[in-house]
Amino acid sequence: MAIMNVNPTRMELTNLKRKLTTARKGHKLLKDKRDELMRQFMLLVRENKDLRKTVEEKIKIANSHMAVARSVMSDEALEIALMIPMQEMSVNIHEKNVMSVMIPVFDSSFKTADSSDIYSYGFAFTSTDLDYAVKSLSDIMPELLRLAEVEKSCQLMAVEIEKTRRRVNALEHVMIPQYEETIKYISMKLEENERSSTTRLMKVKDMMLKDAHKYDDPVDYM
Amino acid sequence: MYKIAVMGDKDSIFGFASVGLSIFPVTEPDETEKTLRRLINEDYAVIFITEKAASGISAEIDKYKSRPLPAIIPIPGVTGNTGIGMSNVSKSVEQAVGSDILK
Repeated sequence: MAIMNVNPTRMELTNLKRKLTTARKGHKLLKDKRDELMRQFMLLVRENKDLRKTVEEKIKIANSHMAVARSVMSDEALEIALMIPMQEMSVNIHEKNVMSVMIPVFDSSFKTADSSDIYSYGFAFTSTDLDYAVKSLSDIMPELLRLAEVEKSCQLMAVEIEKTRRRVNALEHVMIPQYEETIKYISMKLEENERSSTTRLMKVKDMMLKDAHKYDDPVDYM
Repeated sequence: MYKIAVMGDKDSIFGFASVGLSIFPVTEPDETEKTLRRLINEDYAVIFITEKAASGISAEIDKYKSRPLPAIIPIPGVTGNTGIGMSNVSKSVEQAVGSDILK
C-alpha cells in the first residue's frame, strides 16, 4: 500500500493519528449501517418476490376475463362501458426513514366513499365477463399498491446499500491501511532522526574530549 | 395528493380505468418514453407499465430507480408474462448484495 505524500514531522503524525481514529470510527458506523440495511432489504425483497408472484398470477386471471369480455362484446360497446370511470383513486405519500433511506409509504383513497363502486356501466348491455374482469382488477389493487411500495423501497435501498458497501470497502481496504502505513513510516523516520542526532552528539563529544585531554581511546570514558 | 397511472397497450390497461387509475395507451417506444417523461413531471406517484412497453425503454426507467418518486412498476400485459418484473427484483438484489442470492 502506498504511503501518503506527507512530511515526516511530529505535527503530521498527530494529524494522521487523529484521522485514523476518525476513519476507524466511521468504518464501524458504516459497517453497522450496511448490516442493518441489508437485513431490512432482505426482508423487503422476499416480500417483493412473493407479492410479485401473486400479483402477476392475479393479473393474468383478470386479463383472461377481459379477453373473454372483449370477444363477447363489440369494441365500441366495451369502450363505451369503460369510457367514464366512476371511481378515482389517488394516493397519499408518507416517507418512512429506514437507516436514513427515505422509503415511500402509499395510502390510497377513493373519490367515492364506497370503494366497491367500480362498475361504470349498466349491467344490461355488457357481458358478465367484464364484471369479473373489473372485479378481479379492483380486488388486486391493494396488493398492486403494496407491490409498488415494496418494489420502490427495494430499489432505493439497493442503491443506498451499494453506496454504503463501497464506502465501507474504501475505508477498510484503502484509507485505513494507508493511514496506518504512513503513521508507521513517520514514526520510524522520527526515531531514525533521533538516533542519528544521538550518534552525532556522541561523536561531537568524543572529538571535544580528544581535543581537550588528548585521550586516545574514548570508549573508556563513555 | 398523487395520482396513479397505467401505461401500455390498450388491451392490457383498459380495465384499470374502471378502478380509478388514469390510463395512457401507448404503442411505440418513442411515444412511451415521451408519455413517461410527461407523467413524471405531473403528479403521478406510481406508474404501472406493461412489461412489453417497459422492455423498449428500460434505460429510461433505470434513470428513475434512485429517485424517491415516481415508482415505475412493470406489470404483465395481455400478451403474457415476460419476466421483466422478476428480473428487476433480482437486479436489485444483485446491486445490493453483489450476487443474486435468492434464486
